[in-house]
Amino acid sequence: MILTINGITVEAQTGQTILQAARTHGIFIPTLCYHSQTGPTGKCRMCLVEVVGMRGLQTSCTIEVAEGMVVTTESEALTAARRLVVDLLLASGKHDCLSCEKSGACELQDAAYRLGIERPSFPVEEVEPTDESSEFVYFERQKCIKCGRCIAGCNAVVVNEVLDFAHRGAETKVVCDNDVPMAESTCVQCGQCVQLCPTGALIDKKARGKGRVWELDKVNTTCPYCGVGCQMTLLVDRGRNRIARVTARQVAPNRGTLCVKGRYAYEFPSSPNRLTHPQVRKNGRLENVSWDEALDYTADRIKTIVQRDGPDVFSAFGSGRITNENNYAIQKFTRAVIGTNNVDHCART
Amino acid sequence: MKNSVPKIATRADLDRVRDAARSAPDKDVREKILVCTGGGCMAAGAKAIKTALTGELKKQGLEKEVALVETGCLGPCVVGPVLVMSKERVFYQGVAPADAAEIVQEHIVKGRIIERLAWKEGPHKTPLPLQAEIPFFKRQTKIVLRNCGVIDPNSIDDYIGHDGYQAVAQALFSMTPETVIEEMKKSGLRGRGGAGFPTHLKWAMARKSPGEVKYILCNADEGDPGAFMDRSVLEGDPHAVIEGMLIGGYAIGAHQGYVYVRAEYPLAVERLQRAIEAASERGLLGENILGSGFNFALEIRKGSGAFVCGEETALMASIEGNRGEPRPRPPYPALKGLWRRPTVLNNVETFANVPFIIARGGAAYSALGTERSKGSKVFALAGAITISGLVEVPVGTPLEDLIYEIGGGIKGGRNFKAAQIGGPSGGCIPREHIAVPLDYESLNALGAIMGSGGLVVMDESACMVDVARFFMEFVQEESCGKCVPCREGTKRMLDILNKICAGDGCPEDLALLQELGGQIKAASLCGLGQTAPNPVLSTMRHFRDEYEAHIVHKRCPAGVCAALLVYSITDACTGCGACKRACPSAAIAGSAKVKHIIDPALCIRCGACFKACKFGAVLKA
Repeated sequence: MILTINGITVEAQTGQTILQAARTHGIFIPTLCYHSQTGPTGKCRMCLVEVVGMRGLQTSCTIEVAEGMVVTTESEALTAARRLVVDLLLASGKHDCLSCEKSGACELQDAAYRLGIERPSFPVEEVEPTDESSEFVYFERQKCIKCGRCIAGCNAVVVNEVLDFAHRGAETKVVCDNDVPMAESTCVQCGQCVQLCPTGALIDKKARGKGRVWELDKVNTTCPYCGVGCQMTLLVDRGRNRIARVTARQVAPNRGTLCVKGRYAYEFPSSPNRLTHPQVRKNGRLENVSWDEALDYTADRIKTIVQRDGPDVFSAFGSGRITNENNYAIQKFTRAVIGTNNVDHCART
Repeated sequence: MKNSVPKIATRADLDRVRDAARSAPDKDVREKILVCTGGGCMAAGAKAIKTALTGELKKQGLEKEVALVETGCLGPCVVGPVLVMSKERVFYQGVAPADAAEIVQEHIVKGRIIERLAWKEGPHKTPLPLQAEIPFFKRQTKIVLRNCGVIDPNSIDDYIGHDGYQAVAQALFSMTPETVIEEMKKSGLRGRGGAGFPTHLKWAMARKSPGEVKYILCNADEGDPGAFMDRSVLEGDPHAVIEGMLIGGYAIGAHQGYVYVRAEYPLAVERLQRAIEAASERGLLGENILGSGFNFALEIRKGSGAFVCGEETALMASIEGNRGEPRPRPPYPALKGLWRRPTVLNNVETFANVPFIIARGGAAYSALGTERSKGSKVFALAGAITISGLVEVPVGTPLEDLIYEIGGGIKGGRNFKAAQIGGPSGGCIPREHIAVPLDYESLNALGAIMGSGGLVVMDESACMVDVARFFMEFVQEESCGKCVPCREGTKRMLDILNKICAGDGCPEDLALLQELGGQIKAASLCGLGQTAPNPVLSTMRHFRDEYEAHIVHKRCPAGVCAALLVYSITDACTGCGACKRACPSAAIAGSAKVKHIIDPALCIRCGACFKACKFGAVLKA
């Protein structure tokens, strides 16, 4: 399907929205409430475009492309509408970028930057206090722009059904259950809301003050906690050699989600109790040895014992924290090499 | 008795029931007293009057000869409770339970008209007892309200007796869905909920939409301040709405309908519920209606008082059990509406027109109105008008006629200043445009809209900045909060208006209001936000001098904005001390029989002195 965006002819697929088609072709349309994971809502009015033959301004996130459609993404009227949105949002709470955790990764900040808005033209509103009650999520309501992404994530992506909007109009706010502090709610602290928040309203509590986005190295890795293999990015403070926080990657298998362990239980790599070398007990004491020595020692002992007492004295335990392939290799080794069926797994109930 | 009545299974059955209903009462009953039980008269005590009349009739042994019937709104709510003696259609107003004896004695027994309770017309208060002579009624053309004040809304037989359900029978047996839509096209009927979208187009789109399951919805979530047309229709003639929905359902291919009615209308809900039950019991709702093979079920869904749920997509979200927030269009409801199925939504008044159009033909309807706006329109007159109430006139009737010839002019003989039409989405019409014909195009040209027909009349004592502030406060509170321009922008506009009314406005505020208003209209998601700035923009257009007086001269010309008033005492003061005693802030000084003085620094501008003075010596400016 062929359409025209800003005078450029682009090809799009049936069912795509104008926004998707534009982004595919590198044409920038600003958004605040749209996220690929939570879909279009038409709330923020940042993605407004003009479409020939359609009355008024249209949200590009909700309108599907049509053959021969002629779209304009930049005009005086559109800039004015977007400026109004950002201006009103900046005045709707305390959007102080100076000490905000989200600075540099904030979509509202980006929008203000692109539109050249330094300060809101309206007096800044007083809003509700911060909810610091929960273990891992810091909810600073004065930075909430009510885009609803956290709510969509909580209800439609991870289906925990904790967050929702309460009240109406300018009183609208995001609440947990029946407006209780997050710690008292049914929230399981998966942090999906943090993952989706475009501003600094919902942030990782443990990461506060541990560095902003441009100060941290991004390391893509696989979550080690279970066999699912969730893909995540560690934000690492190289200077202090520690993980500042963890975010989910928008790829299979987890597609932007993580559980509470994957997202928040990341201190173990730098735990002093962590084994950093193979060890062998010598004269009653564990001593650091090389991998070669450790493996040779283990292989030798297994061989000796199995030869002496038969294969059934051997048994192997798989783990839920390693992959299916690893577990497969364990059982194969036990059955084919050792010659016993003594195979078990922590997830067997 | 009613329960034993057999189903109306065929068209012939319907005709039989109609004929029986027409002739039945005439046998024994020589007079029928129609007591208005519309919301206004109920509030004024209609039930007590009915009880008193029942007692009186019994006392006189007339209960068999005289029927006492509850009916729907007759229109002139301000003179309620009202009743009509149906034989000659003698109209009595301001009736009290104590009048029951006289009504029975004089009117029923002796056949004498009670002038005391009759309508009073003109400066000489000439009594006009016959409804047909009263200008308020004479100038009206009742199509939507044809049965209000005529039939008993709780009696399906009464409705059938007045040719009720004949239109749906005609549609089912002599018309195809396409010819029904064609007839609607000929009628030129446009949606009466506010936007004026041609009804036949909506129906035709939904008819053509692919899908087995379709819905037809009735919007009875009337929420404009000062509007009560839909409530009155549901209270006075619920079967007309049911019949209109049946015809609409047949036309688009829907077998399920919902009426979304606000829970604040308990009487309307009760009567509609009773009407749905009666129609279902008789087989006029349900399966194989009149033996035609057409199935249609109807249910009520109650709204919990959110103005935004009158917006069609928010209404659908609410019926689905979700938060009442609008959805972006397209997709339009005719394609993907309730539960993502093709859906038609019309309001109460629109549906109430449908049986008339089908029974009498589209041409009969389009004979009324103007070139582009056809038919009749119900208006709710409120505010500084002599006869506040409900009226129905051909579309295109000049505003002036509505106010002076039907509504009896401005209360207290004061001067007309403006009329707010179309509620919070509408605009103000100033004195110089009082001759404007009330049709969609002419009103749009003045920055107002037809809206649902709420018409608030204002005299010179109204401050237009305050009026704009009132409506802005309303929409600001009723904004659902979904989209940014409406949620945050209306609040900012209200802040500015509050500032101006408090005397803290600056000249830049006018430009800012203009700009904000324009942006909110352009960028908002739904009709609420897209029209929310209208009252401000229209008052700024027609009454800019009043805004300037507030901002530049720090004065409120109408004397409404408390912060801008200056109270002083003139030489007419007798030194009685009434003002001094009434003043809550001890701002008035003066000894007995000596002219008192107000200290402006202490004065809190509450107006207590103004009210307390018996000599008109307190000046408010």
